[in-house]
Amino acid sequence: MILQYLDFEKPIIDLENRLEQLRRVDDGTDKNLREEIAKLDKKIGKIRKEVFSNLTRWQITQLARHPNRPYMLDYVNLCFKTFLEIHGDRAFRDDPPVVSGFAELEGERVLIIGQQKGRNTTEKIRRNFGMANPEGYRKALRVMKLAEKFRLPVITFIDTPGAFPGIGAEERGQSEAIARNLLEMARLKTPILVVVIGEGGSGGALALGVGDEILMMEYAIYSVISPEGCASILWRDTARAETAAEMMKITAVDLKKFGVVDRIIPEPLGGAHRDHKAAADVLKIAMVESLSSLRGLPIPQLLDRRYAKYRDIGLLKRKAGSTG
Amino acid sequence: MAIRLFRRKEEGEKRIKIPEGMWIKCDACLEIIYKPEVERNLNVCPKCNYHFRIPAMERIRSATDEGTFQEFGDDLESVDMLTFTDTKKYTDRLKESKKKTGRKEAVITGTAKINGIDIVLSVLDFEFLGGSMGCVVGEKVAASAEVARELARPLLIFSASGGARMQEGTLSLMQMAKTSAALARLSDDHLPFISVLTDPTTGGVAASFAMLGDIIISEPGALIGFAGPRVIEQTIKQKLPEGFQRAEFLLEHGMIDMIVERTRLKPTLTQILRFLARTSPQGS
Ligand SMILES: [Zn+2]
Repeated sequence: MILQYLDFEKPIIDLENRLEQLRRVDDGTDKNLREEIAKLDKKIGKIRKEVFSNLTRWQITQLARHPNRPYMLDYVNLCFKTFLEIHGDRAFRDDPPVVSGFAELEGERVLIIGQQKGRNTTEKIRRNFGMANPEGYRKALRVMKLAEKFRLPVITFIDTPGAFPGIGAEERGQSEAIARNLLEMARLKTPILVVVIGEGGSGGALALGVGDEILMMEYAIYSVISPEGCASILWRDTARAETAAEMMKITAVDLKKFGVVDRIIPEPLGGAHRDHKAAADVLKIAMVESLSSLRGLPIPQLLDRRYAKYRDIGLLKRKAGSTG
Repeated sequence: MAIRLFRRKEEGEKRIKIPEGMWIKCDACLEIIYKPEVERNLNVCPKCNYHFRIPAMERIRSATDEGTFQEFGDDLESVDMLTFTDTKKYTDRLKESKKKTGRKEAVITGTAKINGIDIVLSVLDFEFLGGSMGCVVGEKVAASAEVARELARPLLIFSASGGARMQEGTLSLMQMAKTSAALARLSDDHLPFISVLTDPTTGGVAASFAMLGDIIISEPGALIGFAGPRVIEQTIKQKLPEGFQRAEFLLEHGMIDMIVERTRLKPTLTQILRFLARTSPQGS
């Protein structure tokens, strides 16, 4: 994988490259060089901490879309054993942006469903840049029904710019496919754990996102419309995407406050793309914890809890003046 | 909306006095038509059958028995939780819409009768911020499904919306889940939900409650879809085919049950309600 970097990462990467050069010439004899290395190492740590503790929402958006960011299948490989992919919606075709299959998480069987973006050009095109067609959502629903039938929990991974806006997608009922998943996920008689790993793009993300517990990676985003889309509609200028990202408050920290997500999964310093394994290890522990607590609930209680969770989401005011 | 034609009346000095708004221009066939005649025809153009967009109260009047509508949920108002400002403040946009429509939000909910059949209904108002779904719209639509369940009555929803309300961010997205969850419970109780799509029904409203009807009816010519035509054109860099995303296109592709003209809607709804209401609701 070719390492790519964002503008605000550049100063850090430059120093890291210099440090690596110094380390290469270091044979352990030059005391000054050793000191230089130690100093530089410390400096890098400091700068990294500074940059990453003051990220703007737009910078987080860029991290969420980082080309080196772990994708669904990276987490699948790192967190689960024995992944067996299953395909197709049994009606039209298999939709590659949505991946589903059997997996084992610490010895427990789970069905996993997620969105996969694709790393290189060929793969990106094959995965349609992570944008599902209706058959992708219908495949997901079929797999959820399978999970319900065999009393297995579902884990979904969200990472999409949005549902695909195309002629075929509209002809085959993109809105119905998304709507159907929302309704069926609300009443699916098995635990559903949702993980927002990268981009949570609108209805196309939510169509895999109704569940009992919502985890969100620290530098993921989740929004009603992409910042670019919002900017083009409200400002008629996509260059205002940065402002739109700030306005819409789309980060994990924002959404935890609004009750949209339950738990933020911390990423390694510098972001999950700097250390896939470390990011996956933390996520794995969280998934195991969440799933074991959900498994303990009887199904009627689980469904009531899920219903109450969505019934309560939102802020408004009643005439009496109370906000709730 | 179509009264634009005579907007400059005040500025023009020597214009012939035409009684205000007596004549309107049809958006579709561009013919000048006599307003009272259009109104008698439930705001459908007598020349070309174009269905004008109408305010929510107008729809309630045209589809339910006179004097039976009783509103609930009108004590709810939106809050600006994101302190959102684009070219205008969200709070100002809300104020303007309230003034324009005389309503607090983009949906009206209540109970009514249709030819004597008790129903619960939600009617979206495109005039109010494009019928967009924020937290109040989501709450009221979900509440209408819950009321229908409690009263064991059919639910009827008229949609007219550009989608989720951006100014309420991800919370507005979550209203798609909220409304769909409430409809799941209504469905579990074997109570009918009839969805009527009007021009336009797109985005997050199409992709949640609007497309979840046991029966889905559309007005002729209504634009219905997930993505807006402009977004699709930009994505695929292709011109869209004639009639794309119109009600007739959806019917042809199996996405809706029927297209019903506004003047025929009430009798059609009555027939459907009578047919489905024969199944008595069961708890299990
Ligand atoms: Zn006309």
